[in-house]
Amino acid sequence: MDLPQPLAQWFAARGWRPRRHQLDMLREGRAGRHALLVATTGAGKTLAGFLPTLAELIEAPGEGLHTLYVSPLKALAVDIQRNLVTPIDEMGLSLRVETRTGDTPSDRKARQRVKPPQILLTTPESLSLLLSYPDSVTMFEGLRTIVVDEVHAFATGKRGDLLSLCMARLQRISPGLRRVALSATVADTDGYRAWLAPDGDIDQVAMVQGEAGADPDIAILLPEDRVPWTGHSGRYAAEQVMAEIETHKTSIIFCNTRSLAELIFQDLWKVNTMSLPIGVHHGSLALEARRKVEGAMASGRLRALVATASLDLGVDWGDVDCVIQMGAPKGSSRLLQRIGRANHRLDESSEAILVPGNRFEYLEARAALDAVEAGELDPDLFRPGALDVLAQHVMAMACAAPFEAAALLNEVRSALPYSALTEETFERVLGFIRDGGYSLKAYDRFKRLTQEADGLWRVSHPRFVTQHRLNAGIIVEATMLNVRFKNGRNLGKIEEGFAAQLSPGDTFFFAGLSCEVQKIDTEDLIVRASSKPARIPTYGGSRMPLSTNLADRVRRFLADPSEWPRFPKDVSDWLEFQAKRSALPRPGQLLVETFPREGRHYMVAYSFEGWNAHQSLGMLITRRMEAQGLKPLGFVANDYALAVYGIDKITDPAALFSPDILEHEFVDWVQQSHLLKRAFREVAVIGGLVERQHPGKRKTGRQVTFSTDLIYDVLRKYEPTHLLLQAAWDDARARMTDVGRLAGLLDRAAETMLHVDLDRVTPLAVPVLTLIGREKVSTGSADDALLIEAEALVADAMRID
Amino acid sequence: MVPFSFGGHALYALPEGALLWPARQALLVADLHFEKASWYAARGQMLPPYDSLATLADLGRLVQATGARELWCLGDSFHDSDGCERLPREAQLRLRTLTGTLRWTWITGNHDPDIKDRCGGETADEVEVDGLVLRHEADPRELRPEVSGHFHPKLRLAVRGKTIARRCFVATERKIVLPAFGALTGGLDVDHPALTKAVGRGAEALVPVEQRLLRFPIAA
Repeated sequence: MDLPQPLAQWFAARGWRPRRHQLDMLREGRAGRHALLVATTGAGKTLAGFLPTLAELIEAPGEGLHTLYVSPLKALAVDIQRNLVTPIDEMGLSLRVETRTGDTPSDRKARQRVKPPQILLTTPESLSLLLSYPDSVTMFEGLRTIVVDEVHAFATGKRGDLLSLCMARLQRISPGLRRVALSATVADTDGYRAWLAPDGDIDQVAMVQGEAGADPDIAILLPEDRVPWTGHSGRYAAEQVMAEIETHKTSIIFCNTRSLAELIFQDLWKVNTMSLPIGVHHGSLALEARRKVEGAMASGRLRALVATASLDLGVDWGDVDCVIQMGAPKGSSRLLQRIGRANHRLDESSEAILVPGNRFEYLEARAALDAVEAGELDPDLFRPGALDVLAQHVMAMACAAPFEAAALLNEVRSALPYSALTEETFERVLGFIRDGGYSLKAYDRFKRLTQEADGLWRVSHPRFVTQHRLNAGIIVEATMLNVRFKNGRNLGKIEEGFAAQLSPGDTFFFAGLSCEVQKIDTEDLIVRASSKPARIPTYGGSRMPLSTNLADRVRRFLADPSEWPRFPKDVSDWLEFQAKRSALPRPGQLLVETFPREGRHYMVAYSFEGWNAHQSLGMLITRRMEAQGLKPLGFVANDYALAVYGIDKITDPAALFSPDILEHEFVDWVQQSHLLKRAFREVAVIGGLVERQHPGKRKTGRQVTFSTDLIYDVLRKYEPTHLLLQAAWDDARARMTDVGRLAGLLDRAAETMLHVDLDRVTPLAVPVLTLIGREKVSTGSADDALLIEAEALVADAMRID
Repeated sequence: MVPFSFGGHALYALPEGALLWPARQALLVADLHFEKASWYAARGQMLPPYDSLATLADLGRLVQATGARELWCLGDSFHDSDGCERLPREAQLRLRTLTGTLRWTWITGNHDPDIKDRCGGETADEVEVDGLVLRHEADPRELRPEVSGHFHPKLRLAVRGKTIARRCFVATERKIVLPAFGALTGGLDVDHPALTKAVGRGAEALVPVEQRLLRFPIAA
């Protein structure tokens, strides 16, 4: 494949040769084929994606938008500078490359629509907004290529749904459009090819594999060769982690949650005897704070960065030579992507260290390491597109131009997530946008969309167009409060629910500081730095569950003593004791132990289906126990096991694990729980039922915002089959309860259960029983009981003697 | 249920958010905000058009359960000045039945000062009933015992790591502020300065739960 002269010279001047997959991408580009590039970080992926564009623009320079680059991240600057802008400058090409995100000033946005650059870098949300303008047809009619970066990170979620719909529209505007996606290594490349392809036609998408890099060098860190019984963060290993930081150039320390990142940062700071520059980075921190840390990292001024998934994506850090994972990695793909943050030279192996927090996590870390060695990745779950996203997209299309329903349905169906959309559901979506879609026809006069005599659907008033553009977007954050110093300096945001638990004088860790609360008002939490010890912030949000393939590997470890000599002595002793005292389940077997302890009766099930599924199961089983008069007191779950405890002995666990629990208790529980309300809040905003709360615009004085909880209650009572309730259910099922894994577990339970009745606690049960964060069984009006308790406390505290 | 004494009268704060006055067989409710949903619908937010029906169903149940013969609505009964005519037909019928069978008084509020048709009932800007002043918004200068609405008070508490939010009553020796009764009405935290300014210091949040009336001092 010939490179155009300037490109060939540019590579040569650097002493580089284009990589095979870069040339492959160029070939597919010249052949006009859609293409998916799967390659590890550091393989020159971004440049590979742009190579055909650069070649075409060198050979046939022209005005107008040529290539659209879509990334899930707003912070593209560093990466794109290195991979695109620098080469363009060095080749002396006269090309305009511009960015368009929510942060772009509005005058530049307006100019971009009139006189677009040749290459525009944007996000799925900003693209969707662009497509809501009538002039989008002119802007995109010459579009040749769309490059979707980090596709593995979002194709299977709601932002993936939105981008898929946007691509369907772009393809209609510019039929010759070529689709390109760049992905980290994934298990199901065909799944991503189908997602990328128009009409899901997988054969239209060429598959380009990057060269394999050197195998990573992964170790498990065991201070004094011991693994603790309990804990889940590896905090005990702070000194050893600090020693690694001291001996490496730059390290990233990944933590599974934001609050853990704050804690680990504090732990490291205490043992940072050399006062090395280390920082903390997570999604709740103020944008400026994150940018500052990222800048310091990029310019090599930091020796270590404690981070969460907010750093999983995108930005390449160049000089990182060590990645440390605190606690269990939860999945092999995720581990690989994190390891990929280190050492971007393909021929050198990346160095990574895992710090398991307890003995199960040791097994999980070992399983992850084996999986990476075997090249085994986690499955990606593609699911039907979300209806709230579809509603938002259809409204955007209506804002752009009047449409014919049948034509739009066809266009929408060419996006894979919506390929099975029925005409009836599409009608309901239209009805929902038009007037809420209620069976009580009260809003005839207020229609947002009207179907006119010519059969076309139109937005009935320009203010609905403005409203859509103000409220569009896929990410719905919990109501957040700004954490600030009195002088106005912004540290970041915390969830309102957490803030509500704080009073003046309380302290919590945030942004690497111990913060003392001074004042809380409707939008701000005013703090000052404090030397007092702090509570932990709990930011909420869901936890990443253990992946199924790692769970299978851990199960195989338990069943196969020939593996145990590889483990540290306390881990193999632990398993041997368990085998003697109780039993170890064979793969596919569900071990359930029952035993008394301190006046209570315990039942522990080792089901390995991940925290979310276990949490749901705990709720359901305790409900059923309640109904059977077994007096449950509470339960506690982790990724590996569920422990339920109560007053009475459980003699027949199988009766509690029957699949019909999903038909009876499940629906009841989900409807009463906060899960569905939380899901409803999200779909109500995305679907455009209620307006987003814009920061800084919350009303003072009498609050006039209404809570989506109230809307949910009314809707459930009067129209339980409404489209948005259906969308909320879809979300609750898929994301919040892991009901798929739960159902599998329950279906197998009867046949595979191995029940062992014992007189005391077993070794395997210790990690789950020592967890904090137990759920108490709440009977009846639990909130009332809490309020009564609170009143008594207040009364005691305020009593005058 | 435990009565509390106010202005020389025994009153009950009901968990549903209404005040019961057994001596008069009267119910007092505030801030029904009928047709709040359709007001938003006219502005592009298509909230479920069932809020008036839901509010009326709650009210009807309460009337039945208490055997009330008088009903006092303390203002903002209608979300805007369209009044009765925008209610869904079924809601209109229900409301006319209620206003036809009870002694029904609409106190006017800032949302509904001037409405032609309220589906029946009497209208007043404020009234004094057996020594209690009933009005929409608490008047800080008022010296007589006063019952009002307007603020939609809501108590938020963190107990054992869980945040609980409840509609509640706010009371001082001379003033009671009722929670909003309407199905889609949100709330204002009880320690909000606007509320404190209206009722003065030393107020308590009253939360009726089954068989008890909980009292929480409001820090101002």
